[in-house]
Amino acid sequence: MTPQPAPQPARQPQATVGTPRSRVDGRLKVTGQARFAADHGPADGIDGIVHAVLVDATIGRGRITGIDTRAALAAPDVLTVIHHGNAPRLPYRDNSFPDSIHPPGERLRAFQDDHVRFFGQPVAVVVATTLEAARHAARLVEATYDAEPPQLDLVTAPAHEPDVYTRGDAAAALASAPVQLEMTYRMGRNHHNAMEPHAIVARWDGDRLTVWEKTQWVADPRNELAAVFGIAQAAVRCYSRFVGGAFGNSGRTWVHSVAAALAARELRRPVKLVLSRRQLYFGIGFRPAYEYGVRLGSERDGRLTAVVHDVRGETSRYERHSDDLALGRMLYDTPHFRQDVRLVPLDVNTPTWMRGPGWSTTATALETSLDELAHELGIDPIELRIRNEPADDPATGQPFSTRRLHECYTTGMREFGWHRRSSRPRAVREGDWLIGMGMAAGAYPAESAPAQAHARLGADGTVVVRSASSDMGPGTTTSMAQVAADALGLPMWSVQFQLGDSTMPPAPVHALAWTMASVGSAVQATCDRLRRKAVALAVGDDRSPLHGVPADEVVVRRGWLHARADPRRGETYQQLLARNGRTHLEAVGGYEPPEEIRYSMYAYSAIFAEVAVDARLGIVRVRRMLGVFDAGRIVNPKLADSQAHGGMIGGLGQALLEHTVTDPRDGRILNANLADYLVPTNADAADIRAIYIEGVDNEAAPIGVKGLGEVVQVGVAPAIANAVFNATGRRVRDLPITPEALLMPR
Amino acid sequence: MSTDAQEPELQPEEGRPSPLSRRTFIAATGTATGVAVAAGVTGSGTRPVSATEDVASELADGTTSRVSFLLNGRRQSLVVDNRASLLDLLRERLDLTGTKKGCDAGACGACTVHVDGRRVNACLTFAARLDGAQVTTIEGLTPDGDLHPLQRAFIEQDALQCGFCTPGQIMSGVACIREGHTGSPEEIREWMSGNICRCGCYVKIVRAVAQTATGGR
Repeated sequence: MTPQPAPQPARQPQATVGTPRSRVDGRLKVTGQARFAADHGPADGIDGIVHAVLVDATIGRGRITGIDTRAALAAPDVLTVIHHGNAPRLPYRDNSFPDSIHPPGERLRAFQDDHVRFFGQPVAVVVATTLEAARHAARLVEATYDAEPPQLDLVTAPAHEPDVYTRGDAAAALASAPVQLEMTYRMGRNHHNAMEPHAIVARWDGDRLTVWEKTQWVADPRNELAAVFGIAQAAVRCYSRFVGGAFGNSGRTWVHSVAAALAARELRRPVKLVLSRRQLYFGIGFRPAYEYGVRLGSERDGRLTAVVHDVRGETSRYERHSDDLALGRMLYDTPHFRQDVRLVPLDVNTPTWMRGPGWSTTATALETSLDELAHELGIDPIELRIRNEPADDPATGQPFSTRRLHECYTTGMREFGWHRRSSRPRAVREGDWLIGMGMAAGAYPAESAPAQAHARLGADGTVVVRSASSDMGPGTTTSMAQVAADALGLPMWSVQFQLGDSTMPPAPVHALAWTMASVGSAVQATCDRLRRKAVALAVGDDRSPLHGVPADEVVVRRGWLHARADPRRGETYQQLLARNGRTHLEAVGGYEPPEEIRYSMYAYSAIFAEVAVDARLGIVRVRRMLGVFDAGRIVNPKLADSQAHGGMIGGLGQALLEHTVTDPRDGRILNANLADYLVPTNADAADIRAIYIEGVDNEAAPIGVKGLGEVVQVGVAPAIANAVFNATGRRVRDLPITPEALLMPR
Repeated sequence: MSTDAQEPELQPEEGRPSPLSRRTFIAATGTATGVAVAAGVTGSGTRPVSATEDVASELADGTTSRVSFLLNGRRQSLVVDNRASLLDLLRERLDLTGTKKGCDAGACGACTVHVDGRRVNACLTFAARLDGAQVTTIEGLTPDGDLHPLQRAFIEQDALQCGFCTPGQIMSGVACIREGHTGSPEEIREWMSGNICRCGCYVKIVRAVAQTATGGR
């Protein structure tokens, strides 16, 4: 005899979540009507905009000895030139975490002193009534400097004290391991190069500041500009409805935004400032370059006994940006592990997060080293990984909430045709082309953060849900509408999700793949509350067909509130509100992550790549890529696919194309443009496919998701690098793998 | 500087040769950077050297030109800064912000528009060279405001994420189809490679172009 289970509240049918929906703002985007930061102007009621252009330092480090603005000010249509010699001293209140995501240190200030900290640092801003005039005048500003040689060498520059993680006795275990490998990997600096350059329109109305800003977090420009100008946060409003890609570079507010707001305040006119593509290489952050040493010790059967990571990563001299390099601690069952991470302060702008931050960096080192071990031992790379699969999180001892990495491997092997891979490198040739296959695994934390939402059901039965999130491309506006529609039992078209305004209920930065878990759970909680309000109104209303039905027995489908047992017994939201004389019903709600984390929670990836390498020219073409992902529940497979393709193509760039080349004399980035800093083009992307391992993870988030946007790039670069080795027999340990590296005599 | 006239003129002028021929277009794009630099250094409003006699009339001040051209079927008669690109003219003066500035150097394709039926980078095209030209931007792709089949295909295939490169992709894709460069996915990839999508929607962009080229089959 089993006890009768307690009655469960009626679960809303999931009609739209999990289905492939087209993005709701697609029409705005394909017609050019989606308005990005720099598109704002008269159509938004912003009249009399003037244009600002930054003047950048042309030395790598030193002091400004003079700024001659006479020619610039004499040019037609020029309104002002602001620089450290004439700029007002700004309050620059402290604005540290959690009000900002500034790394520890002293943030760069706009025109407050004569220090040049890196090549390209803004030293003046020119404002004119036309863009042509401002750009011209910026070239007429003559700055003179007392230059010092900058420190730019990641390998030789003195480092900060290391951040050390250790478990077991890695040194001893390594020394006694039957198999020992030691490698050093180098990863070039990557730039986000989102298609939308950073842009801001700033307008003061008295002491109140409004900005239309490119940002992944509307709270950040609000908090930072309030701190810089010494005004209340409530006196700043930030709009950012559309973001033209960001990939991490718009999490924090960079100094150009202050320059624009300062110019607007001085001139009492709205100012538009758009960074040039070249300035994006200096004026905003980047994925730092790394030197990543790996030592592995294993048994003959491939079981890892000891792993040691010695890492050097670049940061600026004035702030300490550190990526989370923890992948190696948890991916494999490694009893003895030590990791020393040294930040190396250089005369560069502060780096920042870039897609799969840290995790994709460590994956490149760890997953290539596993491939090297597999080759050394003559074990299939997937078999080697399966032999090292942990039962619990080796770093914390916690059970995994869900970990379907093994299924990712088996599905990938089958779907990719892994059995066709030759275990012997350089064994498959088609004419000039050497063919190879490789794979790599990855993981990314399934985290979440507090978020709030507001939902309003109108008398016409439509709903507006709002939260101060952002949508840089994954389709947050669409996926949130799906969650809200199911919670309220409405068709998707009658639900609108709004974001990108700092006066909306707070949401965390649109990053770290945690928006669905955080804002999605808040939207669900808010809409559940709103539905329950409506249901309570109905069951307590003696004129309602639902009068007297237990509230938990009422469900809503397509706007029809009805008794679960009797779908005909019910009414619409419209009927309910009209009869009760209500113009609307509304609810606020939120999500708080649990205080105690009892599980180890990650999304996982297994990436497979097939490459062809021209045996004579060293050209690498990626023929096929397959990503198999365990990311929990997939809210919208159509949008998820786009995100996965994007992550894999981003990883292709990391593996084969992307790195900056710096002039060691002055820190000038020599390839600061899209013709010389290569990003993948359409011709680089052939056959790319993503598969999701079915599953819901309710420990990771109430709505069952683990986050997708980051893990889709983790493991891609090493999968390609491993395929290049399989094709050529050449192990290139520096990314990107250029034709030159493959042509170098052995 | 103001819009002198803006009258509907839906029919292009028959029989009139396009002044923005391929030869002059290349000359214009080829000198764009150099001229901008020269203007910046001398500050004297250096005027681009013309390769044709059809170029817009230079005004007395030496730094502006009067141009008259069809923009999305409507006649525009304007006095333009000789330094202005078509892209900045569209975005900053005419408030047609659907055309995007990604690199301002002809490397990304976000500013792709049609000039005399040919896809060009608006950032590399001098506004002063437009006299007599027919310019179509994303706002004028379809005369009636309906979606073009390629726009529908982009939505259906989800060939976009952030949407910033999308107007340029679509203007480029429409031209690619018109040019007949859609014989295979490989050919589409090659002929759509002037338009960078950093969100990485290439596979779906190719699908959308192919679907539209074959009439949705």
